Amino acid sequence: MFEIFGVGPLTLITFLPMLGIILILLIPAGKDEQSKKASTNIYRWATVFFTFLQLVIAVVIYINFDLSLTGVNDINGMQFVEKVRWIEVEGLPMLGDLRIDYFVGIDGISAPMILLTAIICFVATFASWSIGKAVKGYFIMYLLLDLGMMGVFVSLDFFLFYLFWELMLLPMYFLIGIWGGPRKEYAAIKFFIYTLFGSLFMLLVMIALYFAVGSFNMLDMMDPSKYDPGSLLSGIGTTWRYIAFGALFIGFAIKVPTVPFHTWLPDAHVEAPTAISVILAGVLLKMGTYGMLRISWPMFPDAVYYFQWYIALIGVVSIIYGAFCALGQHKVGKRDFKKLIAYSSVSHMGFVMLGMAAMNTEGMVGAIFQMFNHGTITAMLFMIVGVVYDRTHLRGLDDFGGLANKMPIYTGVMMIAFFAAIGLPGLSGFISEVLIFLGAFQTFPVMTAISAFAIVIGAAYMLWALQKIFFGKLPDRWKGPWDPTGTKYKHDDLNGIELTALVPLAVIVIYLGINPNPITGMMTSSVNHLIELVKAGGQVAAGM
Amino acid sequence: MFSVEANFLDQLKDSIGLFLPETVLIATFLLSLILDLIFRKSRTLTGIVTAIGFVVAGICLIGQTGETAFIFSRMLVVDPFALFFKFVILLSGLIVVLMSFFSKELYETTEGVGEYFTLITGMTIGMFLLASASNLIMIYLAIETMSISSYILAGYTKEIRRASEASLKYVIFGAVSSGIMIYGMSILFGLTGTLNLFDINTFLLSNEVNMVPLMLSGLMILAGFAYKISAVPFHFWTPDVYEGAPVTISALLSVASKAAGFAVLIRFLKSAFIDPTLSSDVAWNTISSIDWQYIIAILAVVTMTVGNLVAVWQTNVKRLLAYSSIAHAGYLLMGVVVMNEIGIAAILLYFFAYMIMNLGAFYVVMLIANKTGSEELDDYQGLGHSAPVLGVCMTIFLISLTGLPPTFGFIGKLYIFSAVLDSGLIWLAVVGVLNSVVSLYYYAKVFRNMYFRGMDPPKEPMTFSYGSMILLFLLAIPTVLFGVYFTPILAWAKSSVEIFFG
Repeated sequence: MFEIFGVGPLTLITFLPMLGIILILLIPAGKDEQSKKASTNIYRWATVFFTFLQLVIAVVIYINFDLSLTGVNDINGMQFVEKVRWIEVEGLPMLGDLRIDYFVGIDGISAPMILLTAIICFVATFASWSIGKAVKGYFIMYLLLDLGMMGVFVSLDFFLFYLFWELMLLPMYFLIGIWGGPRKEYAAIKFFIYTLFGSLFMLLVMIALYFAVGSFNMLDMMDPSKYDPGSLLSGIGTTWRYIAFGALFIGFAIKVPTVPFHTWLPDAHVEAPTAISVILAGVLLKMGTYGMLRISWPMFPDAVYYFQWYIALIGVVSIIYGAFCALGQHKVGKRDFKKLIAYSSVSHMGFVMLGMAAMNTEGMVGAIFQMFNHGTITAMLFMIVGVVYDRTHLRGLDDFGGLANKMPIYTGVMMIAFFAAIGLPGLSGFISEVLIFLGAFQTFPVMTAISAFAIVIGAAYMLWALQKIFFGKLPDRWKGPWDPTGTKYKHDDLNGIELTALVPLAVIVIYLGINPNPITGMMTSSVNHLIELVKAGGQVAAGM
Repeated sequence: MFSVEANFLDQLKDSIGLFLPETVLIATFLLSLILDLIFRKSRTLTGIVTAIGFVVAGICLIGQTGETAFIFSRMLVVDPFALFFKFVILLSGLIVVLMSFFSKELYETTEGVGEYFTLITGMTIGMFLLASASNLIMIYLAIETMSISSYILAGYTKEIRRASEASLKYVIFGAVSSGIMIYGMSILFGLTGTLNLFDINTFLLSNEVNMVPLMLSGLMILAGFAYKISAVPFHFWTPDVYEGAPVTISALLSVASKAAGFAVLIRFLKSAFIDPTLSSDVAWNTISSIDWQYIIAILAVVTMTVGNLVAVWQTNVKRLLAYSSIAHAGYLLMGVVVMNEIGIAAILLYFFAYMIMNLGAFYVVMLIANKTGSEELDDYQGLGHSAPVLGVCMTIFLISLTGLPPTFGFIGKLYIFSAVLDSGLIWLAVVGVLNSVVSLYYYAKVFRNMYFRGMDPPKEPMTFSYGSMILLFLLAIPTVLFGVYFTPILAWAKSSVEIFFG
């Protein structure tokens, strides 16, 4: 393991944003127009700098990542591990010796998420360029959110995990609530309350697990032999274990979000500023499914087997329902482009659930790969909406038409994202969906067949949107240049900042569509190990 | 009643030695009274004297670490449990005294503030006695000492109509509840023939007593304590008094007075009604075979639910914090339900957290009221931009009150929930969790107004004195710091419980 100034790479990548926050705090916002403009630029570039450093570290981690190691419940299979005693109080009544570790490490499940977070946070900085008010606060909140997300993916101590998990809520609340759209207050508090509701149940399960195992170490919690026989969650296939699994599942399902816990998502997406939508769809939604893979699956294998069919069903319902809701955006409501993508997210995250429930290598690898791909593709889609929204302050599906002539480069980038979202062969979304179908078909043939319909619906709503916005006749009001004075937009097509944000993602989407190995290769051994672990636990439960 | 023993004088001497912190406070009380008479013109002298007296009393308290003894013929008990609460009371008293220096309403609407500080000292003496009282008469006297000072303090800004109203309400409710309490005490005395809590325990263990009057007396005494901690249904005074009283006094009532109430509640239940020979696991297998645990659990659930649900509709920040303090009494009662070592440790930890964050929230309300003259939620619009430091600190305090990491409030909640889960009362933990979700909504209303609204047009930036900012940081920094590193507080809470039961 390499270290920089005696600090491991995972600590570094997690707490780098803190340095950025301190730097931004120290630079005054300025009084007059001139200094305000200057400081705004400093805030932006400081954020770019720190997120870029994060990306560099993520790439270094990626290069040094050992593909053969398994991880999951095996400390020796974890990479870049750092473990320092953090809280230690001995001889507490009832609790015994309370020990909480600063325990971080990654395996094949979290490594792709680290990479994804670093990429998305970097590109979303460029999508933040149009933020005009309270820029200082914005970037502080942005970096705090970044810190929380990284922390969730590296934590191997449940207490630490929970701390980071909750740390994300507050910046997200403010980012939607201050810089959001007209109904920002409603969307922000809805997001906050929904997630808190779920995570507090997670807290109760965490405490119960602590009483069972005697530490917050996640790896210990995955080992049935460590459970105190008299505790609430000991044994296999007990009612309390099922209830605990259910409580955890609700906590994570709200974050994913799956039907019926999804209603906060369209509101949050519609109201959030572009960059925050990008992060929300790109990284935050993955926390739910990541949490399931990191916590629910290995700690409650018996319950996973017990509820396997229901989990798959929830996945399929999300897939179909999300797709129909997205299709419905063409006909009902405000015909909001962002809402359409939000519902398509529900649908695409349903695929992840289906793949995870399949409990075989194809399904699981497909699920994690789908998490990565959905992150990059949906991030692109939201940025594409952001581009027209910045210029016109409109994003209705009926407000545009014929943009292909006016903005050819934009249309080209858009095509990649749209077709990747539909699942066109040769682009990354196709590979992960195929893997999920391959895996899920072995376990749930009927449900998989039903969910395949969503691909057709997906093609319908995406192509319809494409047709409405980019083809056909350009409305008269958009005939002239976006910005006649030429101060903000020198020409009609994408500017440099927007290209910097979009092109890297497009490259990733295309490259992974041709060669998915760089990502799928990372996770194979961990996923196989996880499946073995869950199967072993599940079979014991079945044999009872 | 008190048998004079041969070594009575020796006992008295020892007692006085262990009564040193209270003695210091009494000296402070008298000194500030006299100084106020001599230096009528000075508006800060008595305050400074009080603050110094509190610090000295604190040093004397530190000297008592680890002591366990009965003093004054078993009227009072000195033990680490009482010590912890005395620290909380003293610290919150000190912070309130410091807050008062910056309070505009106090200095502009009253003729003199000398008596104000003297009365705070008087109230603190009452709370100190309450925290260590082990005799029913002592409990009653201590409650009255504390209450009478606080009745006057609640109406101290007598030119303000709502303050007088608050004071009057407080007196009437207080008189009724202490009447009920002393009636309960007299029944208990009639049943057992003794006023000492430990003797009551011994008597109940060795004799059969009639259940109905025992239950009745217990409930009546509980009503008196419930009034002090503002538990539902004895909470009706809380919002009106908090709204009408000076902010500093609302802060003091919500923390110190509640701490004293909890101290005596726990001691009373623990000493009088619980069989000390049983292990703490079955602590609630009470001698009187009345299901006290169930009664307290219902009280906890009703208190936090009513507090949280009513808080949602509040438009005045002081009233909102009043209902929030009712809800927090409910969370703390969950720890009382458990009543074993982990439960008590959780209460102590939570109280320390509650003290810091709640005083902080009230302090911000006071600073804002100094500038805008209003405590209405609507007048908080845009404050996050015109007073950014205040906004950030208020957000930290409110997040901590909600119980979100990484703040001290989260650690407190974590321990309360741990205690409840450990004792197998899962339904209670679930109710507590749902209440936390509700509480987020109204706390968020405050910082929503501060940040999401009233940005256009931007308000004039507010400036605050350096002194007031330092005090603010002294409250805000520990709220976050103890949220990520809570070892010292936890160790302290632990040692304060251990000996109490040992």
